[in-house]
Amino acid sequence: MPDSAPVQSFVEQFDALRGELPGAALPWLCDLRAAGIERFASLGLPAPGVEAWKYTRLRPLETTDFLPATAHTVNIDHLPTLLPQGGIDHRVIFVNGRLMQCLAMPGERPEGVELGGLADALRRDPEAVGEHLGRIGAPDGQALLALNTAMMRDGLMLRVKRGVSVALPIEVVYVGAAGPQPLAFHPRNLIVLEPGSRATVVEHHIGLGAGAYFANSGTEIRIGEGAELHHYKIQDEGAEAVHVATQHVHLEANALYDAFTLTTGARLSRHEVSVRLTGPGAECHLNGAYMVRGKQHCDTTTTIEHMAPRTSCREIFKGVIDEQARAVFQGRIVIHRGAQQSNGHQLSKALLLSNRAEIDTKPELEIYADDVKCSHGATVGDLDRDALFYLRARGIPEAAARAILIEAFLADTINEVAAEGLCPALMASIGHWVSSATRRAAS
Amino acid sequence: MGYMLEIKNLHASVDGKAILKGIDLTIGPGEVHAIMGPNGSGKSTLAYVLTGREGYEVTEGQVLYQGRDLLAMSPEERAGEGVFLAFQYPVEIPGVPNTTFLKEALNAQRKHRGETPLDAMEFIKLIRRTIKDLGISDELLKRPVNVGFSGGEKKRNEILQMAILKPTLAVLDETDSGLDIDALKTVADGVNALRTPERSILVITHYQRLLDYIVPDRVHVLAQGRIARSGGKELALELERTGYAAFADAAA
Ligand SMILES: Nc1ncnc2c1ncn2[C@@H]1O[C@H](COP(=O)(O)OP(=O)(O)O)[C@@H](O)[C@H]1O
Ligand SMILES: [Mg+2]
Repeated sequence: MPDSAPVQSFVEQFDALRGELPGAALPWLCDLRAAGIERFASLGLPAPGVEAWKYTRLRPLETTDFLPATAHTVNIDHLPTLLPQGGIDHRVIFVNGRLMQCLAMPGERPEGVELGGLADALRRDPEAVGEHLGRIGAPDGQALLALNTAMMRDGLMLRVKRGVSVALPIEVVYVGAAGPQPLAFHPRNLIVLEPGSRATVVEHHIGLGAGAYFANSGTEIRIGEGAELHHYKIQDEGAEAVHVATQHVHLEANALYDAFTLTTGARLSRHEVSVRLTGPGAECHLNGAYMVRGKQHCDTTTTIEHMAPRTSCREIFKGVIDEQARAVFQGRIVIHRGAQQSNGHQLSKALLLSNRAEIDTKPELEIYADDVKCSHGATVGDLDRDALFYLRARGIPEAAARAILIEAFLADTINEVAAEGLCPALMASIGHWVSSATRRAAS
Repeated sequence: MGYMLEIKNLHASVDGKAILKGIDLTIGPGEVHAIMGPNGSGKSTLAYVLTGREGYEVTEGQVLYQGRDLLAMSPEERAGEGVFLAFQYPVEIPGVPNTTFLKEALNAQRKHRGETPLDAMEFIKLIRRTIKDLGISDELLKRPVNVGFSGGEKKRNEILQMAILKPTLAVLDETDSGLDIDALKTVADGVNALRTPERSILVITHYQRLLDYIVPDRVHVLAQGRIARSGGKELALELERTGYAAFADAAA
C-alpha cells in the first residue's frame, strides 16, 4: 500500500472534516464518502507505474501540502464572461469549489429545469441527488475521483426534465482564488438530462492570484434517450494551479454529447473523460484544443466505449506546444461486441513551436465487433516553413505570419463547436494566446 | 533614374550544392525581361534568392534593388519595398481564407510604407474591382489560400495578389505553365496592366508562348547557373525552334 505523506494528509483532512461536509446526516452519502476515501487511500496518488498515468506525474501533489479551501468571496463584477450577450444568460459562479451565486434569467428559465449548487440540492431534495450521485460510470481505478467523492462539498447541479429545452447557454464560472497557502477543493458536478431534453453548458475555469491551488473536480453526466448536451469547457486556471477534472458521461439511445475543451491554463492539468454510449444511435463529439508553454503540462485522456449498435464518435484534439511545455494525449476507443455498425474517428494533431516542447500520444482502438468503421491518426509537426515563407514573401512580418499559421491550425477545431455564439470568444482566446506567444518569442 | 535591379556575379547554393554560378543581369525601370532556360537550370533558385527564401545561400556577388542591398533585407521587407514573386508552386495554407490573407498582406505592406491600413469596406471595394478586371470568380476568395485550387486557379490567384499588391518589381516564375489559353490571357492581361514606366517585370518561362502576350524588352537564356545568352524578343522565337539542347551541350 502506498504510504506517502500526501495521501495521509488528505485522509487526515477528510477525518477532520467529515462531520461538517454537506449531507453528513445522510447515511448513503456518508457511505459513499467513506468508500471514496478508502479507495483513495488504497490506490494512493497516481504514479508513473500506473498505465493511465504513464506520462503525467503529479509532482506538485507529492511535494506541496494543499489545505482544504474555506469559504471565500470575490468581486464577481470583474469576472469575464464568454458569452456574447454578457449577463443575460444563466450564470452560476463557484469560488474555490463553493457556490457563490446562481443567476438565472427568471423569465427565461423554463419549467422543469433545476439549476444551482449541489450542496443546496442535497439539503432540498437528497433523494433526487442520491439517485445519480456516484452512480454514473465505473471509476474503479481513479484515485483522484475517489478523493473528490470523499471530499466534495458543492458543484453544479443541473437537471432538465423530460422534453424540456433550455434555450440559453448556462455559463458556469469556477474561480480558483489562490491564497497565501496552497488550497485544495473538489467540485462535484451532476448533470442529468431526461429523455428528449436539451441544454448547453459552458464551463469557465479561471484563476485569481498567483499562488498554487489544486482544483480536483468530478463530473457525472447522464443523457437520456434522444437528449442533447452541448458541453464546452474553457480551462484558464492560474499559472501555478493543478487542475484535474475527471468526468463520466452516460448516453442512452439516440442521445448526443457534444463537447469541446479549450485549455490554456494551469501548471499541470489533466482532463480525463470517459463516455459510454449505451443505447443504439448514441453519438458523441469530443473535441478540443490546447495551447501550452513555459513549464506547463497538459494531459488529455479520453475513453469512449461503444456498447450498442449504430453508435458513433468523433474526436479531434489539436494542440500547440511552446517553450518547454509538455502535452499528453491518450485516446482510447472501445467498440464492444454487439456494437455493430458503429463508427469511431479519432485525430490528434500537435504543433511543436520549440525544440524543447514535447508531446506523448497514445491512441488505442479496441474493436470486438466486425461491422464497424474506425479510424485514428496522430500527427506532430512544426510550422509549415513553405507557408511561412509564402506569407513573408507577401510582406507579412514573421511574427504575424507565425500567428496566422498557429491560429489557422487551431481554427478548424473551433468550427466544430455547435454553439456559434461562443466561437468568437474561443477564437479571441486563441488569438490572445498566440499574440502573447509571438511577443514572447520576439523579446 | 538608376537601375531597378542589378545582379552582379551572383553565386548561390542550396544544401551546399552550387546552383547559380555567376549571374549578371541589369533591369531598368519600365522594362520587361524574360528568363528562359531548361528545367533545373536555376531559374526558380534565382527567384528565391531575390525574395530571400531560407536555405538559398548567396556565396558570392551582389544584388541591388533601386540601388540598395536587396540581400540584406528580410523577405517581408523586400515585399514591403515592392518586390513580388508569383510562385511556380503556390503554397496551400489550410485555415486561412484567401481574402484574409490578401488583406493582411496589403495592410502589412501599407504599414511598411507608412500608409494607413484599408478598412474592411475599402478593401472589399478594391478586391471586387480587381477580380472583375481579371475575370476571377469571387468564390476563390472565400476558400483557404490555394487549398483545393486547380493548377490554373493557383496561377490566377498569384496574379490576383500581384494586382492587389501592385509591386514595383514583379518576378513571375513559370506562371504560364499548365495554363489553357484563356488563363494565359488572364495572366498576360494582369501583367500588362501593371506595365508602367516605374515598374519592372521579370518573366521566367520555359516556353515562348507567354511572350506573345507579354512582349519582353530583353530575353536571357539561363543554363547551368549562368546567363548563356541575351538578346531581344526574337531570341525567344529562335529558342522555340532550336530548343535548349545547344546550351546544355555548350555548358556541359
Ligand atoms: N530545395 C532544394 N534542395 C536541393 N536541390 C534543389 C532545391 N531547389 C533546387 N534544387 C536543385 O537546383 C537546381 C536548380 O533548380 P531550379 O532553380 O528549381 O531550376 P528551374 O527552376 O530552372 O527548373 C536543380 O538541380 C534542383 O534539383
Ligand atoms: Mg523552376
